[in-house]
Amino acid sequence: MSLAQFVKKQSGFEGLNITYQRGETVLAWAMVSPWVAGFLLLTAFPMVASLALSFFEWNILTPPEYVGLANYHKLFFTDPLPLHALKITVIFSLASIPLNIVFGLSIAMLLNTNIRGLAVFRTIYYLPAILSGVAVAILWQWIFSSDFGLLNTALRAFGIEGPAWLGSKIWVLPAFVIMRLWSVGGGMIIYLAGLQAIPTDLYEAAEIDGANWWQRIFRITLPMLSPTIFFQLITGVIFTMQIFTETFIMTDGGPANASLFYLLYLYRQAFQNFKMGYASALAWVFFIAILLLTLIIFATAKFWVFYEAESDEDN
Amino acid sequence: MSSKGAGSNTRQIISKIIVYLLLGLGSIVVLLPLQWMISTSLKPLSHVFRFPPEFWPQKIVWSNYPDALSQLPFDLYFANTAFIVVLCLLGELIVSSIVAYAFSRLRWRGRNVLFIVVLATMMLPRQVTMIPEFIVFRHLGMIDTFWPLILPSWFGNPFYIFLLRQYFLTHSRELDQAAVIDGCSRFGVFWRITLPMSKPVLGAVAIFSFQFHWNDFFRPLIFLLDQDKYTLALGLRFFQGTFGTEWNSLMAVSLVVMLPLIIVFFFAQKHFIQGVVFTGYK
Repeated sequence: MSLAQFVKKQSGFEGLNITYQRGETVLAWAMVSPWVAGFLLLTAFPMVASLALSFFEWNILTPPEYVGLANYHKLFFTDPLPLHALKITVIFSLASIPLNIVFGLSIAMLLNTNIRGLAVFRTIYYLPAILSGVAVAILWQWIFSSDFGLLNTALRAFGIEGPAWLGSKIWVLPAFVIMRLWSVGGGMIIYLAGLQAIPTDLYEAAEIDGANWWQRIFRITLPMLSPTIFFQLITGVIFTMQIFTETFIMTDGGPANASLFYLLYLYRQAFQNFKMGYASALAWVFFIAILLLTLIIFATAKFWVFYEAESDEDN
Repeated sequence: MSSKGAGSNTRQIISKIIVYLLLGLGSIVVLLPLQWMISTSLKPLSHVFRFPPEFWPQKIVWSNYPDALSQLPFDLYFANTAFIVVLCLLGELIVSSIVAYAFSRLRWRGRNVLFIVVLATMMLPRQVTMIPEFIVFRHLGMIDTFWPLILPSWFGNPFYIFLLRQYFLTHSRELDQAAVIDGCSRFGVFWRITLPMSKPVLGAVAIFSFQFHWNDFFRPLIFLLDQDKYTLALGLRFFQGTFGTEWNSLMAVSLVVMLPLIIVFFFAQKHFIQGVVFTGYK
């Protein structure tokens, strides 16, 4: 599925042929005008402005100075940190997003087996997903404490001496992945709703045909759920790549820059060093990186995302 | 295929037991961090650093809470946060639903193209526009005021516009048309018919907005300087910087900061879950 098709499907305007009334058009533009103004002022203009700024050197106080591609040259060739930060941000996302999908789906499937107490389980699993920000970061910093923390205490109960987590160059990224898994309930709720929408006669037919549990999951459940998983994957990339608060509070990018996620570096350049031009270049590179990742996922969609309408054409 | 009867029955019972076991274990794992938080918040500091750590506090010190909160101007930060959150929430509810109405119930030229732009901005990482936005607000003399935190909400939020529009689309047009024939204005239709029929999704938007602005850290960090203007998130960060190893106090304050969210969650759970489900509808 291409991006255009996706947007068209999202927008729900397929097959509308309509005549416009002048009064309605005027009213409509009046009603959307706040958003249009906001888009121009807070999105379109800043996008263009930050692209322009990325060719300047500017510390806010003195007038900006045109430097051509120097910021980009520095970003890609002389400053080792931006690409390092991008690398660990992508590695973190590549670990965190699939794990969240797998766990979210698994819990949703367990909950979708006609169990008693569904509402209670759903509440418990969803609760952490509403919590985020500084308070959660501080909580997890304490959980990861190597001597007195919850995680290593629990591991010790199994005879395992846990690592220093946030103090370890190797374990700091896994620690962030574990922390993000705590809020797996957000995706789980969505998968559960998707599972409940799958018609049961599909499973009944499969059972009559002798399909086993494994086949039912891979031939019915996952294909039927693939549009939902796809949507979660796209939003997951955008959301996960933007990790900031946790690293700012828990590690400040350490140890030895092992958790220097991209936005933390961007923040430092922009709002601590006041290198607005360089930070704008960093922002644009980040934007392009996310766009590319998203487009790659869109390009793979035709191999694994299943839309019912498409299957009708095949039949 | 196994024969129906006793064999498949025991198999069913066993698989049920496994499901409950897995879900039960998972629930414990999910709740443990919160238990740990409460337990730590009630320990005396000397017990926090006992080895091996106590799972349940052996001595409960309730005064940790008032002591820790008195280290902050908690009332002030709470009031600042509540003020910002309420104004953001109102703006997002009002403006996003007006915009969503035009995108779903009115027919006009440019609607499709503009809606695609809405979807595109939904996917835009906000940090890309952060620097010029900062510069704009600086030119307007609004740094270190609440304006940069509140104003953007009054221009509509693409995510909520999308959510509301999807919901409005499920209403029948006939009702709108009947009301117009009866002499109701277009805006009257929006106000008297569409909005009252959309309480679940409006509830969901209100909750998402509350949740987001209550937790928000990045924007207050950038735009607020004066300590008297801090939100709870900034205050908590400041508290952490000052009392970095007093984990009992840190847990107490963090829990108090989380509490309003947890309370709202328990009272409006249905809206939360419905809302998330709306968003997941591909």
